[in-house]
Amino acid sequence: MNKKASVVIIGAGISGCSAAYSLAKKGVKDVVVVDKSYVSSGATGRCGAGVRMQWGTEMNCKLAKKSIEFYENANEILGYDRDVEFKQGGYLLVASTDKEMEQFEKNVKLQNSLDIPSKIVTLDEAKDIVPHLNTEGLTGGAFCPKDGFLNPFKTTDAYYKAAKKLGVEFLTHTEVLEIKTKDNKIEKVITDKGEIYTDKVVNAAGGHSKNICDMVGVDLPVYSERHQILVTEPIEPMQDPMVMSFSLNFYCQQTPEGTFIMGRGDDTEPRDLRVTSSWKFMDEMAKTITNVLPPLGELRVIRQWAGLYNITPDKQPIYGKVKEVDGFYLAVGFSGHGFMFGPLTGVVISEMILEEEPTIDVSMLGIERFKKGNLILEPSVV
Amino acid sequence: MTKEENTIVCRCSDVTLKELRDLIKEGYTDYNEIKRITRIGMGPCQGKTCTQIVLRELSNATGKPVSEIRNQNNRPPVVGVKLKLIAEEADKDE
Repeated sequence: MNKKASVVIIGAGISGCSAAYSLAKKGVKDVVVVDKSYVSSGATGRCGAGVRMQWGTEMNCKLAKKSIEFYENANEILGYDRDVEFKQGGYLLVASTDKEMEQFEKNVKLQNSLDIPSKIVTLDEAKDIVPHLNTEGLTGGAFCPKDGFLNPFKTTDAYYKAAKKLGVEFLTHTEVLEIKTKDNKIEKVITDKGEIYTDKVVNAAGGHSKNICDMVGVDLPVYSERHQILVTEPIEPMQDPMVMSFSLNFYCQQTPEGTFIMGRGDDTEPRDLRVTSSWKFMDEMAKTITNVLPPLGELRVIRQWAGLYNITPDKQPIYGKVKEVDGFYLAVGFSGHGFMFGPLTGVVISEMILEEEPTIDVSMLGIERFKKGNLILEPSVV
Repeated sequence: MTKEENTIVCRCSDVTLKELRDLIKEGYTDYNEIKRITRIGMGPCQGKTCTQIVLRELSNATGKPVSEIRNQNNRPPVVGVKLKLIAEEADKDE
């Protein structure tokens, strides 16, 4: 298999599929998406499925808001024959310290200034929203009814099918081995199935983004880290919103199937590419959830799994070109929220490639920011 | 209803043989792709019932022997365990 492409996108997760769709929608021919496994085999297909507008930096708020507005109409826009299962039940964030409440107040002020309908809630109000919440030890919360969750597999499948219909070629089970450059320009992408001649490459490789950057000599300031999730047996609907806490380190939602999905982070995780399961996660997750949402203790865990966060120093993504190689674009470093930003990732990457007027000016999310310093740290990540 | 429509392949998520065969016809020939779209293998049985049927269908459709078709990863726990029991045992360890 040797061929030509106008753009080669590496990674068939939400970012890659969305970028492929956006490019094809704008009339770009011969877009090829390469993935070493199958569609949504990486972080997208292992994520917590939540989408929220409640962020602590202006960029993250804007990207999330636009993306959620897209998700509200994703079935129609993408002409999907299945359902992306978007449930807009809100996100209830709970705080356990006064300092955290101060951060919530700051965040809500910022969010409201960007037309995000979030608000501070008292513990009584939080209990009205989630009656089985144990408010002991909590100081308050924040709620945004526009947040929610949707099916990451079907959402990516919707983009994949729409892109395919527009002529995008997907080479799954095809691994990128090398990217050849000539005079600081992309020449070709070498895979285990053959070579693809192109002058543009999009790195949307999620947890493996650094390996792809290494192929063209770009030093990417990110690391990957395993994050784990578990799922319970299904029961009747009893919890509308995602419940989440940064200080207590958890998020937990009931899916439309009735199962509960919950996850947490762990600072002591090694920084590598493993996606195995650990008992420590199961123990800690069970302890946290039986304390904060006690009735869930009666539910049986049926499976746990893991995926990779691709983390930047400021927990905001990296979008754009690099100075080392012409035609190399980054859509990486989502720090655990690539799925939420998926729609806008495709839009901004396609606008950069086609040199169009940007929908949202993401120039401050370029890779140069890490050399310049002055990082604005996103405070709201589990 | 046809026999295919009446035959349940995945008892946890009510997936029929027809749905499975339609997906394979559409080009989803990786067990994990089918799992992600239909939830086959994600239920309380962890694929103990459906996996063999799906692998056989994939084998029939692709001509590859079952031994060459990639299965899903096995993940803990082997059987469902109540969260509160795990939490109680975890507390004892400390």
